[in-house]
Amino acid sequence: MEFSEHIKTANVEDVVLRRPFHPPMQGTLCVTGHHLLFSNRDGDSSRLVLLLLRNIDAIEKSVENLLGYSSLFSSTGQSQRPSVSSGTITLKCKDLCVLQLDIPGMEECLNIARSIEYLSSLDIVSDMYPFFYRPLKLSLQDQWGLSSPEQNYAQMEELQDRWRLSHVNKDYSVCPSYPPAVIVPHSIDDETLVKVAKFRQGGRFPVLCYYHRKNGMVIMRSSQPLTGANRKRCREDELLLQAVIDGSGLGYIIDTRSNQQAQQARMTGGGFESKSSYSCWKRLHRQLERGKVLQESLIKLVEACGDHSHSVDRWLSKLENSKWLSHVHTALATAGLLAECVERDGHSVLVHGSEGTDATLLVSSLAQLILDPNTRTLDGFLGLLEREWLLAGHPFQHRCAHSAYSHARLRLEAPVFVLLLDCVWQLARQFPLAMGFSEPLLLRLAREVYASDYGTFLCNSDQERCAAGVKERTHCLFQFLLKPSEREHYSNPLYEPTELAIWPSIQPQSLQLWRGLFLRWTQHAVHLEKAQEELRNLVIECRGAS
Amino acid sequence: MDHVEQVRLLERFSNKSTSGTLHLTATHLIFVESNNTATTILHHHIASVEKLSLTTSGCPLVIQCRNFRVVHFVVQRERDCHDIYSSLLRLLRPVSYDELYAFSYNPKQNEQQREEGWQLIDLGAEFERMGVPCDRWQLTDVNRDYKICETYPRDLYVPITASKPIIVGSSKFRSKGRFPVLTYFYQEKKAAVCRCSQPLSGFSARCLEDESMLQAISKANHNSRFVYVMDTRPKLNAMANRAAGKGYENEDNYSNIRFQFVGIENIHVMRTSLQKLLEVVGSRFLSVNDYLLGLESCGWLRHVKAVVDAAIFLTKAVTVEGASVLVHCSDGWDRTAQVCSLGALLMDPYYRTIKGFMVLIEKDWISFGHKFADRCDQLDGDPKEVSPVFTQFLECVWQLTEQFPQAFEFSEWLLLQIHEHVHSCQYGNFLANNQRRREELQLGDRTHSLWAFLLREQQNYLNPAYCPTYADTHPVLEPSTLPCHFKFWRNMYHQFDRSMHPRQSVLKNVLTLKESNCQLEDTIKDLETVNFSTVFLIEEEEEVGEEVTECCSDTERTVEGSSGTERKESYSDLQGTYGAKAEPAVVSLEFGVARMTC
Repeated sequence: MEFSEHIKTANVEDVVLRRPFHPPMQGTLCVTGHHLLFSNRDGDSSRLVLLLLRNIDAIEKSVENLLGYSSLFSSTGQSQRPSVSSGTITLKCKDLCVLQLDIPGMEECLNIARSIEYLSSLDIVSDMYPFFYRPLKLSLQDQWGLSSPEQNYAQMEELQDRWRLSHVNKDYSVCPSYPPAVIVPHSIDDETLVKVAKFRQGGRFPVLCYYHRKNGMVIMRSSQPLTGANRKRCREDELLLQAVIDGSGLGYIIDTRSNQQAQQARMTGGGFESKSSYSCWKRLHRQLERGKVLQESLIKLVEACGDHSHSVDRWLSKLENSKWLSHVHTALATAGLLAECVERDGHSVLVHGSEGTDATLLVSSLAQLILDPNTRTLDGFLGLLEREWLLAGHPFQHRCAHSAYSHARLRLEAPVFVLLLDCVWQLARQFPLAMGFSEPLLLRLAREVYASDYGTFLCNSDQERCAAGVKERTHCLFQFLLKPSEREHYSNPLYEPTELAIWPSIQPQSLQLWRGLFLRWTQHAVHLEKAQEELRNLVIECRGAS
Repeated sequence: MDHVEQVRLLERFSNKSTSGTLHLTATHLIFVESNNTATTILHHHIASVEKLSLTTSGCPLVIQCRNFRVVHFVVQRERDCHDIYSSLLRLLRPVSYDELYAFSYNPKQNEQQREEGWQLIDLGAEFERMGVPCDRWQLTDVNRDYKICETYPRDLYVPITASKPIIVGSSKFRSKGRFPVLTYFYQEKKAAVCRCSQPLSGFSARCLEDESMLQAISKANHNSRFVYVMDTRPKLNAMANRAAGKGYENEDNYSNIRFQFVGIENIHVMRTSLQKLLEVVGSRFLSVNDYLLGLESCGWLRHVKAVVDAAIFLTKAVTVEGASVLVHCSDGWDRTAQVCSLGALLMDPYYRTIKGFMVLIEKDWISFGHKFADRCDQLDGDPKEVSPVFTQFLECVWQLTEQFPQAFEFSEWLLLQIHEHVHSCQYGNFLANNQRRREELQLGDRTHSLWAFLLREQQNYLNPAYCPTYADTHPVLEPSTLPCHFKFWRNMYHQFDRSMHPRQSVLKNVLTLKESNCQLEDTIKDLETVNFSTVFLIEEEEEVGEEVTECCSDTERTVEGSSGTERKESYSDLQGTYGAKAEPAVVSLEFGVARMTC
């Protein structure tokens, strides 16, 4: 595709750029296939502002035709009328920043707005910027991704006598959203798995996602069983789950829907594991919101944060009305429940909702952070995200197409991943020494997931990523974040590894609004950031000296 | 009766309980658990004791404290419970100052140290630091014997042109004789912050001396042709006061003023608001929505913001316009104290240091007669006089420390500790309602000073993010007034509810790191100057390392982060079905705000 078709006006002079924390700047605006480039020459020094078009969530334009002014000039007898029409483009970005461009010339302004509108919402994966990003420091030959399912399995020797690595999905035919290799009970053969996959929505049969070394209990995840209205059963599915708890006698199923929602799902062919068919499993329902509800919650929250009214009551009522903190609360509480089942009660747990690609992953990864010290290091956390989100098939491209400012009709968007990052931030607030990574990492991920130079968050599944050649033709964000220069910035200098579980407090008073993300563009955030930086340097200095 | 055995202490936000023995001494209530950990409550901290109706497990006794601790005991035998209850009721209601703990509190300190403690803060020196007396402001001796105003201090600063008759006349026209005096002088613009009480203007009364007094304040500042008069009350309240012969300044009579209402509610509204807040956050199964709705409906954060907004107005008038400002409310000892001291904190970096903050409290609150005894319920008195005005001030300061993490030398633990002792009656500083009464009680001779105690352990209250040079670039703080920057102060209102706190503390960790590092550096420096052989140096250093770790664990730090060994409430309805197993220990940090006060 030729991007130039969509760029009628590539350059405009004398544009004024207004953005948070900077005085207005005059300079030249340039539109390229993937970026807005703004350069300003002030004497000798020149400054460059680069904005990835993908980062733009919404664009608002207003054109002012100031012909009225021209009468002033005509009175002086000049025949040549100066160009006095101009336009203003407001860019609302997915990282929640709002910028404004004052562009002289109505036509130029409209042309540029049109280019931005088109180029910021490209649909074809291979047109996106990660396929064009070629920094000197990185090579496409570098490893893509941190670890394969095979390597993960090989590292966990303890589980290998009871669990095996199955390649039944090696051509993605059994479950399109799963990786080619998954871990399942030893006693269950591939044929059985194929049958189980037919009984689970989207073929997402129960697979192992976490093995608790202390007591050998596991966390499994799947999608809902397709029992339907007439309570269909699947012998193989029951066998698989029986094999999971073999020996320990009892297991829990955490259903991320309410009991009522699960009942209703039967009408559309879905369902749940009934007591009569799965007698050794106890079902617990915890309703986690997903999809539209979650997206609207984010939109309301961002709207509340951008409201500059001075009434405390109005702010609190808007914050409450957004329900965002309630979602944070429910996610942490459910993850706590899951971890409690495994660690305190010593039972294995299966988590699922409907599709098993959103709330399921949220809960299972938070529980792993609570339980497993290995997931709390910088490498371990990125590894967790790779396993539990990228390989496990969270549909990033659908969920993160638009963020909180977009006026576009909501389709499949939902900020599940942002909710995960928020919950991790809450954990890190409560256990500031237990995490090997820092808040800047979480903020960076929150930005990259919506618009990125890297290919990591492209597509909806491993299969799609392979088909599009993402792993060959783009750079990997996680690999980049682990390079020595970046690693230092994203590590927590206070980190002191602990082998113990970190149980978060879920009292409403213990939860906080994530200011670093949602109020990042207020002056206040600058003070906080500076103080954090100082503290960081201080700690590094102290650590270095002693 | 001195102790009761087999008492259970219920945890506030979970179903857990611990059992132990309850001891009652003349000054404290002490609960000793079977593992010998003790919970100690000073009688003065107890706000109310309530005996609930008998249950199958025993007789519940709920004690609410002024430092926001709530304890719930269950005593097995009803008679024991009644004994404790009635003993506490007797002990809780001291009727004379002599019964207060400050007069019996006796730390291991000699007389000289005790006296030095009282000399730490010198308000005369503080006014000198501001540049007063000067060619426009002078020290007056009119109140040397507390004759003009008994709730003011002896030493007062007034404009040079305000003669004695003007002062006397003005004081007669002001409620409780609290005429306009200087409380802060902004040297850079020679602008003054003055304070007083409301004028006795009624609907039409005038007082020429009072008008001359304001004229004199105006004349003492060449930057501005007028003085701002900030009435910190809502307009409606001020107007209602006129019917009682009080009221506010009429701009027609005072030619040189700009009059402004600020709208901070009165002590009764604040008392009710905080009560509501505590009810909301005290409920056991609070949902996020109910919490946020409760925060909104109790209005507490709205009131806190109103006080900060007023201080910002004051600060802008003084630092930007260079105008002098006269602040008052009704009697000029509650809202006026809040606004004047908070304004000074915004204007002057000195007050953001530990010592400076003490000076600020000593000046605007203690010396100018904030009625600590009445507001904090030190003696058995009128419950309508009790109000969390000072607590609210501390919270405003905390909100500012959250907005400007590098600007304050102290952390919130200093604020919490001061709050603790305003109510403990353990030190003499906050006893009684005004200086005159304090002198009668001879507090300086008979009690200890809190400031000396706090300064001695000041390393515990340091803010590691503090940047002394921040004051050079930000001499005047300009806080955001956006409501999203006003937060619920969990560490104040839940300071004893450990399960709610972060389990690990950055503050504590950085402080400890910094401290051990300093010790290490000092030792290395010492060693380097002595110039021993290299081998010896290395050996020494190793020893130093050991010493340092020991020091760290010894340091009793009163900062957030609770012991992780105690598990928070169960996430589920599972508990009980499978029985509690060994609880995961997370970190074992010393949790100390709940520290004993004896």
